[in-house]
Amino acid sequence: MTDTENQNVKIKARDVTVHYGEARALHGIDLDLNANEVTALIGPSGCGKSTFLRCINRMNDVIDGCRVGGTVSIDEQNIYSDAVDVVELRARVGMVFQKPNPFPKSIYDNVAYGPRIHGMAQDRATLDEVVERSLKRAGLWEEVKDRLTASGTSLSGGQQQRLCIARAIAVNPAIVLMDEPCSALDPIATAVIEELMEELRRDYTIVIVTHSMQQAARISQRTAYFHLGDLVEHGQTEAIFTKPQNQQTEAYISGKIG
Amino acid sequence: MTDSHIVSSFDRDLADLNKLVARLGGLAEQQFAAAIDALENRDASSIDKIIAGDSELDQLEQDLNDRAIEVIATRAPMATDLRSILSAVKIASVLERVGDYAKNIAKRSHVIINEETNRSDTISLARIADIVQGMLRQALDAYATGNAEQAMEVWERDQEVDELYSSLHSDLLAVIANGAEQASVSSHFLFIAKNIERIGDHTTAVAEQVYFQVNGSMPADERPKVDVVSGPADSA
Repeated sequence: MTDTENQNVKIKARDVTVHYGEARALHGIDLDLNANEVTALIGPSGCGKSTFLRCINRMNDVIDGCRVGGTVSIDEQNIYSDAVDVVELRARVGMVFQKPNPFPKSIYDNVAYGPRIHGMAQDRATLDEVVERSLKRAGLWEEVKDRLTASGTSLSGGQQQRLCIARAIAVNPAIVLMDEPCSALDPIATAVIEELMEELRRDYTIVIVTHSMQQAARISQRTAYFHLGDLVEHGQTEAIFTKPQNQQTEAYISGKIG
Repeated sequence: MTDSHIVSSFDRDLADLNKLVARLGGLAEQQFAAAIDALENRDASSIDKIIAGDSELDQLEQDLNDRAIEVIATRAPMATDLRSILSAVKIASVLERVGDYAKNIAKRSHVIINEETNRSDTISLARIADIVQGMLRQALDAYATGNAEQAMEVWERDQEVDELYSSLHSDLLAVIANGAEQASVSSHFLFIAKNIERIGDHTTAVAEQVYFQVNGSMPADERPKVDVVSGPADSA
C-alpha cells in the first residue's frame, strides 16, 4: 500500500517477501514510511510486523534460513544491494528492543560504544560531547550525569530503555526501529518513552512495533495493520482508529473475533 | 459489525447503552404522543402525568451519560464502538429535548383545553404531529437496526414538516391579526406547532447520528430547509 500524496518518503518497501525456510512470513509488502513521522506496525502475533521491521536494517540476515525478497530503499537506495555495507546500515538504522539490553558496562561506555567502533569521535572531549548529547536527547542526562561510571544494568527498567535509545542515537542514525519498546515497562516509564518519541521524530524517522493499540493511537502519525503476512491497511492513525476501511482492521482494533 | 468482542462483557456494556437509548426513545415517543392526544381529545386528565413524566427522561439521560463515561474509561473503545458510544450520548441528549418539548406541548394544551375552544387548527397540528411521530419511530428503528438508509429517509421527510409548519404559521398569524379574543389561544397553538416542528428537527439529528455511527461521517448534503418562518439563522 503506497501513499502517493506524500512526498516525504524515507523508507520505501516494494514487494517485500520473507521466508523462514519453506514458510513464507511476508507476502509481498508495499509500504512507504515517511521521514519525521512515527509509524506504528500493529497486528496479532505472527502477522509479520516484527519480521517487516527487521527488514529495514537487515536484521533478518542473521537469522538462519531466512530469505528476503523485493526491495527496501532508504533515501532511494536499495539496502539489499551488494554495494551496501551492513554494519554501516545498522548505524544509520538504529534499533531498540522489547527488553532493555544495556551492555554490562558503565552508562558512559554503553553510549560511547557505537561512536567508538564507528570511529566517530577523535578524542575524549568529542566523545564526552556525543555521550552527553545522546543522553540529553534520550531524556536521561539529568538522572545519570553524576554517575556515568555506574553500570548500565544498575538503572531502572525505564532508565535502561532510555539508555538503549541513547545508545542507538549516539551514532546519529536517520531511522530508529523499536520493537515493543515499552512492553516491559510500567505506565510511567512508558509515558516517558512516548514523550521522548514525540521529541525524537523531529530528527529521526521512527518505526515502532507495538501490541498496545492505545500506544499506537497515542504516538504514531501513521499506522499499518498486518495480518497473516499481508499488509491489510495503512493510513493516518486517526483514520485507522476511528474509521478503518477494512473489516479485519476494525475487528482487530476493537478486540472482536474477526 | 455483528462480530462479538473477545471480552464479552464489553458487548454487554454496549448493549446496556443501546437499551438505555431504546428506553429513552420509547419514553420520549410516549410523552409526545400523550401530549398530542390530550390536545386532540381535549382531555386534561393525563397532563399532570405527562409533566411529571419528564423527570424520568432527564434521569435516564443522566444514567446513560454515566454509563457511557464508564465504558469509555474502562474499555478504551475504537472505531465503530467509539462512534456508537458517542452517538448514544448525542441521541440521548436529543431525546431528552424531545421530552421537554412534549412537556411544553402538554402545558400549553392545558390552557387551550381550559379555554374550551374547538378549532380546526387542532386538525392541522395533529397532521404535523402524526408525521413527526412517524419520523421519530422510524429514526429509533433505524438506530435499533443500524440502518443508515432508513435514517436518511427520516432526514428527507423533515421537509414536509417544515412546509406544513410554515403554512400553519401563516394561518395562525392571520387569526391573531383578525381577532383579539383568539390571540392568546392562537399563540399557544403557534408555540405548540413550533414545538412539533422542533421535534422534527431533533428527529433528523437522531437520523444523522445513525448515519454517522454506521458510516463514520456525517451526511454530506445539507438537509433541504423550507422553513420560511424562521429564516436561515434557525437551522437545526
